[in-house]
Amino acid sequence: MSRADWEVVIGLETHVQLSTQSKIFSGSSTAFGAEPNRQAAAIDIALPGVLPVLNKGAVERAIRFGLAIGAKVAPRSIFARKNYFYPDLPKGYQISQYELPVVEGGTITVQVGEGDNAYEKVIELTRAHLEEDAGKSLHEDFHGMSGIDLNRAGTPLLEIVTEPVMRSSDEAVAYARALHALVRWIDISDGNMQEGSFRCDANVSVRKKGTEKLGTRREVKNLNSFRFLKEAIEAEIAYQIETLEDGGTIQQATVLFDPDAGETRAMRSKEDAHDYRYFPDPDLLPLVISDDWIARVKGEMPELPTALQARFRDAYQLSAYDAATLTASREMAQYYVDTVAAVGAASAKPAANWVMGELAARLNKEGRDITDAPVKPAQLAGMLARIADATISNSAAKKVFDALWNGEAASADEAIEKQGLKQVTDLSAIEPIIDEVLAANPKSVEEFRAGKEKAFNALVGQVMKASRGKASPAQVNELLKQKLGAA
Amino acid sequence: MSLTHDDVHRIARLARLELDDQEAAASLEKLNGIFGLIERMQAVDTAGVEPLYHPQALAQRLREDRATETDRRDAYQAVAPQAEDGLYLVPKVIE
Repeated sequence: MSRADWEVVIGLETHVQLSTQSKIFSGSSTAFGAEPNRQAAAIDIALPGVLPVLNKGAVERAIRFGLAIGAKVAPRSIFARKNYFYPDLPKGYQISQYELPVVEGGTITVQVGEGDNAYEKVIELTRAHLEEDAGKSLHEDFHGMSGIDLNRAGTPLLEIVTEPVMRSSDEAVAYARALHALVRWIDISDGNMQEGSFRCDANVSVRKKGTEKLGTRREVKNLNSFRFLKEAIEAEIAYQIETLEDGGTIQQATVLFDPDAGETRAMRSKEDAHDYRYFPDPDLLPLVISDDWIARVKGEMPELPTALQARFRDAYQLSAYDAATLTASREMAQYYVDTVAAVGAASAKPAANWVMGELAARLNKEGRDITDAPVKPAQLAGMLARIADATISNSAAKKVFDALWNGEAASADEAIEKQGLKQVTDLSAIEPIIDEVLAANPKSVEEFRAGKEKAFNALVGQVMKASRGKASPAQVNELLKQKLGAA
Repeated sequence: MSLTHDDVHRIARLARLELDDQEAAASLEKLNGIFGLIERMQAVDTAGVEPLYHPQALAQRLREDRATETDRRDAYQAVAPQAEDGLYLVPKVIE
């Protein structure tokens, strides 16, 4: 038996911190990084007699999410108390939603893998519900005591739950990435993973291929990077298959991933759902969302990544992978759309290559955001236009891009002029160069005549070099072939 | 359905209540009484009746998303049993 005999079943639960100014049930600020307990008001620290008042901004963000994934936004939903005892939860219960969540169903379509093995998969969602975050316990040394910071207590979260439909860690990561891009796209969360605004729990089980019954699952908690998500799932799959193949059984449990050791460790045996003794919170009336409200939110929604991807594929003939890459963020998509709008759809593919290639690489290298790229869409479009009309070669374009990036020129035309990068298309200028190159490389000429295609490319390279990148490669090709009698 | 002695201890543990055997026995009797009542209610045919989540037929009022609270940490921590460096201190709990 081996890995190939087993089918992996993964469901994800993601806690997305909503980008509201204030907490879900109190008027405390949600700003990150405040001194401990400076943003913990009476409601957050659970003083007796206080009552929660629901934040409209949190509800509105849940509606946006529901609309974005084509889910049902519940006209009426209910808040429930989830009871457990822990010092960073001073009420003794977390206000959450249980029986009637605000969002039910919906799907997210993801691209898994790239190149020839890439495929599309529709991930079904079970639900998304509103809830409050807990505080933080600091177990460092306080004379054998724990320190409690309640700034985070009451921060609004949307918990987004999938059906157990993912079959590999790659699919889980593709979904998590797509979800991360989506919540930022519709502006309901900053998605900052270092600050804990986007945390995944993975429910993992395995079963023999061809069987229907789900295996016993273990839940890997609190994964706050895509890399850890993948590694944790892989470690968990390996553990479960090894245990079962050795004749053991899987105990339902909550586990933590230790990235240093590369393994998962049981935290506690999974408490049954009813151990939380959920019941409707009498402090909160049913949340009623009117059709008018939903219609208004719908009218304010931006074009969604999936719609934009379809437009990129249909109107610009981009591959599914390119379309998905360019819609990784709203800012990147906007940059691309602006570039193509300025240069014309005929240059849509080169524009995609430059945005995903040179531009993305430079931004990445310098740790910049695309909104603050030194080369603006109009400038990139100007450069692409000069490639399209054969004024410059691709290699010269790199120099133009450099000049624009470093602020040495304000436009592509200026850079071309200043650096003399205009392609030489005058035959009388190129012919002598070609003759020189042929004379200087008799070996390559001989090899080409003997049938070596590579030798021809070497000669083209020599000519381009001798012309300092100014010759048009197409023209050089043609002329060389003529001279070698191969045309 | 009636509860066992073990059930009572489990429920007490979840609620962090310490019960001795005598108290557990008394609680068992009371809880079974409540279960008896629930059983009678569950015997009623409720097909087609919407579950009631709140006795008042009202909708939740919503608050505009604005930070309105001011920092009152010092006042809150003055009445806390123990606080240090702005943190509330509690007996160490690590699961």
